[in-house]
Amino acid sequence: MSWAHFLPALLRGAEVTAVIAVVSTALGAIMAFIIGVARVEGGPILSKIAIVYVEFMRGVPLLVKFFWLYYALPLIGLSFGPMTTGIVGLVLNISAYGAEVVRGGLQSVPHQQHEAARALNFSKFYTLLHISLPQAVVEMMPAFGNLAIQNLKDTALVSLISIADLTFQAQQLRNMTLDSARVFTLTLIGYFIMALVLSLAMRLIEQKLRRGPAFPKGAHG
Amino acid sequence: MTSPIIRFDQVTKRFGDLVVLDRFDFAVAQGEKVTLIGPSGSGKSTVLRILMTLEPFQDGSLTIADIPYHQPNGRGAFRATEQHLRKIRTNVGMVFQSFNLFPHMTVLRNVVEAPIAVLGLKRAEAESRAIELLRLVGLADKKDHFPSQLSGGQQQRVAIARALAMRPRVLLFDEPTSALDPQLVGEVLGVIRALAQEHDLTMLLVTHEMRFAREISDRVCFFDKGRIVEQGSPDQIFSKPNQPRTREFLNSVLPS
Amino acid sequence: MIYGFSYDTSSTYAYALSILPILGIGLIVTIEAALAGFSIALVLGLVWCLFRRSRFKALSWTTACVVEFIRDTPLLVQLFFLYYVLPDYGVTLPAFLTGALALGLQYSAYTSEVYRGGFDAVPRGQWEAATALNLSRYQVYRDIVIPQAVPRIMPSMGNYAVSMLKETPVLSVVTVLDILNLANMIGDRTFEYLVPLSLVGLIFPIMTTLCSVGIRGLERSLPKAGLALR
Repeated sequence: MSWAHFLPALLRGAEVTAVIAVVSTALGAIMAFIIGVARVEGGPILSKIAIVYVEFMRGVPLLVKFFWLYYALPLIGLSFGPMTTGIVGLVLNISAYGAEVVRGGLQSVPHQQHEAARALNFSKFYTLLHISLPQAVVEMMPAFGNLAIQNLKDTALVSLISIADLTFQAQQLRNMTLDSARVFTLTLIGYFIMALVLSLAMRLIEQKLRRGPAFPKGAHG
Repeated sequence: MTSPIIRFDQVTKRFGDLVVLDRFDFAVAQGEKVTLIGPSGSGKSTVLRILMTLEPFQDGSLTIADIPYHQPNGRGAFRATEQHLRKIRTNVGMVFQSFNLFPHMTVLRNVVEAPIAVLGLKRAEAESRAIELLRLVGLADKKDHFPSQLSGGQQQRVAIARALAMRPRVLLFDEPTSALDPQLVGEVLGVIRALAQEHDLTMLLVTHEMRFAREISDRVCFFDKGRIVEQGSPDQIFSKPNQPRTREFLNSVLPS
Repeated sequence: MIYGFSYDTSSTYAYALSILPILGIGLIVTIEAALAGFSIALVLGLVWCLFRRSRFKALSWTTACVVEFIRDTPLLVQLFFLYYVLPDYGVTLPAFLTGALALGLQYSAYTSEVYRGGFDAVPRGQWEAATALNLSRYQVYRDIVIPQAVPRIMPSMGNYAVSMLKETPVLSVVTVLDILNLANMIGDRTFEYLVPLSLVGLIFPIMTTLCSVGIRGLERSLPKAGLALR
C-alpha cells in the first residue's frame, strides 16, 4: 500500500483529533480562569477548594483519569459516552495546569495597579475584570500556548477509550496492513503539522492581545 | 627590535558596522611592559581580547611568539581552528577585570586545574607549583577557601596566581583593579609591580591607574577610536605629550 | 490471583486492602520505568544540547528540527512507533525497555532546553577564563560549566522527573506491567474497576507530592555556586 492509501482514514482521524483538541482547550481555558481566579481572589474557602482541585488533578495521570471515568464511574451509575468522557478528562487535566498559569498571570500584575484601583474605589470584581485580567492575559499566553500543544498531544490517549481519533485510525491501519513504519510516520507528521498550526494560532492570538484594549497605541509595553 | 613577541599588522576588527580597530599596527618586544590607556571604547581591551583569542578579527595579520594567528590550510586560504588557537594560547595568559575565578572550586583547585588538565602535570607537582605561586601573591593560607569567602582584592590575586601557573610568555591585564573597592587596589598593584621585575615576562596592561602605569611601564600607548594616537616612554607621554588628544585625555583623568 | 496475592471482594475495604500488595508491585515497575526513562532523557538531552551548540550549522539545525519534532508529537504514538517498528528492523527489545526509551526520547526534548538555559546562565566570564587557561572544550564543559549549571537546572529537571512519573501509565498499553495495567487486570477479573482505579487515582497524587518534597530537599542541599570540586 502506498502512502496515499492511508490518507483518507488518517484524515478522518485527524479531524476528530482537531475537534476534540479545540473543544477541550476552549472549555479547559474557561475552567482554568474560573479556578485560577477562585484561587487568587476567592477568599479562604474557595481558594482552598481551588488548591485541592489543582493539586489533585495535576497529580492524577491523564490516562488514569480516562480509565476511571470510563470504567469506574459507570459502577456508581454515571456513564458518559466515550466522546464526553474524553473531553471531560482532557478538561479536568488542562484546567488544573491552566489554573496555575492564570494564577501566575494574575499575580504578575504589579500590586500598584491594585492600589490605584482601590484608591479609585473600584469593586473587587470590576478591578478583576477591567484591570487585572486584561493585563494578566497577555502574560499568560506563552504558557497557555505550551499547554495547548500539550493538550493536543494528550488527545492521542482518547484512542484508548475507543474514540476514532488519529491515533485510533493509525492503530486500525496498522492492524490491517502490518505496515507500522509508514502508518506511524504519517501519524507523527500529522500531529506535528497540527502542532505547528496550533503554535501559529496561539502566537497570533498573543499578538492580537498585545495590541488589544489593555495596551492602546502609544502606551508602553 | 629583534623578532617581536607580538606583532599586529594592519589588523581591522569590526562589531557589525562599528569599526573597533582600524588597520592597527602594533609590536611588542619580549620582556617589554606596555600599558594601554585611553577612553572607553577606544579599542584597548579589544587588543587584549584578540591576543587571548577571545575575539576574532576580520582583516590583517597577527603573530604571537612566532606563531601566526591564521594558518594556511594548504589551499591558500587561512583559518584559525580551535586546535591552532590552543597552540597560540599556551603562550598567553589573562587576568580579567571581574576575576572570573571558578566559584565551585577551592583556591588551590582554581590554580591547579589548568596545569593538570592542559599541561598534564601530576597533581603533586601542580599543587606544589600552585602553593609557591599563592605564597608569592600572599594567599597561601587561603588555599582551601572558596572564592566567595575572599575579598575582591584577594580573588584578583588568586586570579593572577592562576594565570601564572600556566607559565605564559605574555600576561595580559584587562583593567585588573577597576572592579575593586579603592582600599583593595593597592594589594593587587603590589603583586603586579613585583611581576614587572620578571625579566622575561611580557606584560600588556590596560588600566586607569596612571601613577602605577608610569611607575612600571617601559612604554605607554594612548588609544583613541581604534588607533594608537601616540606612544612612548612613560615620562614622555605623561609629562610631554605631543598630540592634543593625548593632552585632552590626560587632563581629564589626572589630577593636575 | 495475581503475583500470588488473591483479592477479596467481600467488602470494599477488604477488596482495597487485598489488592494493595498487587498495586504495590506495579508501583515498583512504574518507578523503575520512570528512573530508566529519566536517565535516558538526561543523557540524550545533553547530547541534543551540545549538538545544538556545535559550530557546524548542519548539525545544529538538524538537531533543532529533530528535537522540535519529538517535542510536538504524542508520547503514545512515539511509543507505538518504537514498539511496532523496531522489531521490523531486527531490534526486539523487551516492552519495558521500549517504554523507557520512548519516555526518554520524549523528555529529552524538554531536558535539552533545560540544559540550554543552564549553560546560558553560567556567566560569560567563566567561559572566557576557562578559554584563557587553554582548557579544551570538553574540559570546559566537564569541570567548569556543567558543575555550575547543575544547581540551576535542578528545579526544572526535578519537575520533569515528576511529570515523567505521571506519564508512565501510558506504557501499560504496550504490556508493561505498571500500576495501571495491574489495576485494569484486577478489574478485568472482578468486573469491579472502581476500587482499583480509585486507589491508583489516590496513590499518584500522594506519590508525586512526596517526590516533589524530596526533590526540593535535594535542591537545597546543593551549594548555590555549583557542584563543589575539591
